[in-house]
Amino acid sequence: MGRLDVEEALEAVEMVRRMNLDVRAVTLGVSLLDCASPDPSELCERVKRKLLDVAGDLVEVVEEVEEELGVPIVHKRIAVTPCCLIVAPAARELGEEAALQLADALDEAAEEVGVDFIGGYTALVYDGFAEGDEVVLDTIPEAIERTERLCASVVVADERYGINMEAIKRTAEAVKETAERTDGHGCARLVALTNAPENTPFMAGAFHGVGQPDACVNVGISGPGVVRAVIEELGDADFRTLHDEIKRTAFKITRVGELVGRRVAERLGVEFGAVDLSLAPTPEEGDSVAEILEGIGLESCGCPGSTAALHLLMDAVKKGGAAATSRHGGYSEAFIPVSEDAGMARAAKRALTLEKLEAMTAVCSVGIDMVVIPGDTPVETIAGIIADEAAIGVATGKPTAVRIIPAPGKEPSDEFEMGGLLGKAPVMDVSDYRPTMFERRGRIPPKFPR
Amino acid sequence: MTRAVVTVIGVDRPGIVAGVSRVLADHNVNIEDISQTVLRDIFAMVMLVDLSEADVSLKELRRELERVGKELGVEVVVQHEDVYRAMHRV
Repeated sequence: MGRLDVEEALEAVEMVRRMNLDVRAVTLGVSLLDCASPDPSELCERVKRKLLDVAGDLVEVVEEVEEELGVPIVHKRIAVTPCCLIVAPAARELGEEAALQLADALDEAAEEVGVDFIGGYTALVYDGFAEGDEVVLDTIPEAIERTERLCASVVVADERYGINMEAIKRTAEAVKETAERTDGHGCARLVALTNAPENTPFMAGAFHGVGQPDACVNVGISGPGVVRAVIEELGDADFRTLHDEIKRTAFKITRVGELVGRRVAERLGVEFGAVDLSLAPTPEEGDSVAEILEGIGLESCGCPGSTAALHLLMDAVKKGGAAATSRHGGYSEAFIPVSEDAGMARAAKRALTLEKLEAMTAVCSVGIDMVVIPGDTPVETIAGIIADEAAIGVATGKPTAVRIIPAPGKEPSDEFEMGGLLGKAPVMDVSDYRPTMFERRGRIPPKFPR
Repeated sequence: MTRAVVTVIGVDRPGIVAGVSRVLADHNVNIEDISQTVLRDIFAMVMLVDLSEADVSLKELRRELERVGKELGVEVVVQHEDVYRAMHRV
């Protein structure tokens, strides 16, 4: 290494100490395809054995790397093969109970290994329902209620196959029932996905796709605080300068993610998968994507100009991040979850409406995320919100998601506390007019290729 | 070989360099490079140190330097060399 540069060394230190730079998630993807069995208890036994075998050292290794590098790593997680693909033989024996036992087994393994979330209670229904999809989809609310760490997802649409409107309606029903069973909180572990990435480290939508190796490590970076500080320092710089500095910052953040992922994978003896370039906020003050947008020049996130600001941010983050890792994956976008981002939660009391949020998701993935709506919102309205987001995903070819919380007993402008890193948010107003389209059956066809 | 970047930040006063270097010397940690500056009225020193002959791990060295830093009224941060290199060297 050449001579030390004091300013550069200070920058690395300041990023971690004062700007909340961290690696948001290290997620170990594990294939469970070899665990399927017609005997439900055999299935659960194999799943647990495999997870303890492959992921047993995950937490220890990640903490070791964290200490060694001096960079905080916030979450350790596991993503598994979508349960719909392995549960069918056992479900033929035991019906829905087989899926619920599998949910318990995953949750128990996650607890034993010491990870905070395990993702993959997933139904892949964008082009129709298979046997395994049916049992997973029908058991999501109960599976979430009886577990603590399990994350569920339903892939409802894909640009190549279209939008499964029946699946969207059933997912909306699952959202509603989950909210009722868990006083809203379980909805943080349930997401409807479009163009779902098969290697994202971020929950609740993480699962381990069938094209992936037996096990691999994916890393999610963070760093809204760092980007915000950079923008603040630039003052009234022109757009190109802003873009350039954000890009450089994204490069540095991503390189740290790449370093962490490489090291963890090497020590676990598994492949290093991808770095998800997403800027992931936390409720902590200053670690907010909304504040970055406001720093670019908005009185409140959600006012006119918000979509343009987000577009500038996203393009710069991607260009900088892509130069820092040869394998970007997952969403690689800015997350704009309402409850998890203190600035977004503040904006939801000011300029930000659900409709403007939807418009903003047209230029960044992830979609309507961690949005709290009134508990009495009808299923059709929730389905309509999911369908709109699916249409944006299909039309733009980007992954999008809906993670929405119809909080029981809550009304617009009430506060809803999710707890911890999930944050809190005001209840957002939804339209009183509801879609009637879900009385129809079937799917919206795939989009015409551009 | 394990190398680390030791950064010391605080209000300038006598004894900072001596205090930090003493810990390094006590544990047989070699200083390969050292730069210092006063940035925005704050004293800042950066050292590149080599731990290959050291009698402590990086983790233990970090703990001890953080403790000594507190006594001296400065902030001491120890990062693996690779973090600095990843961010600033292409």
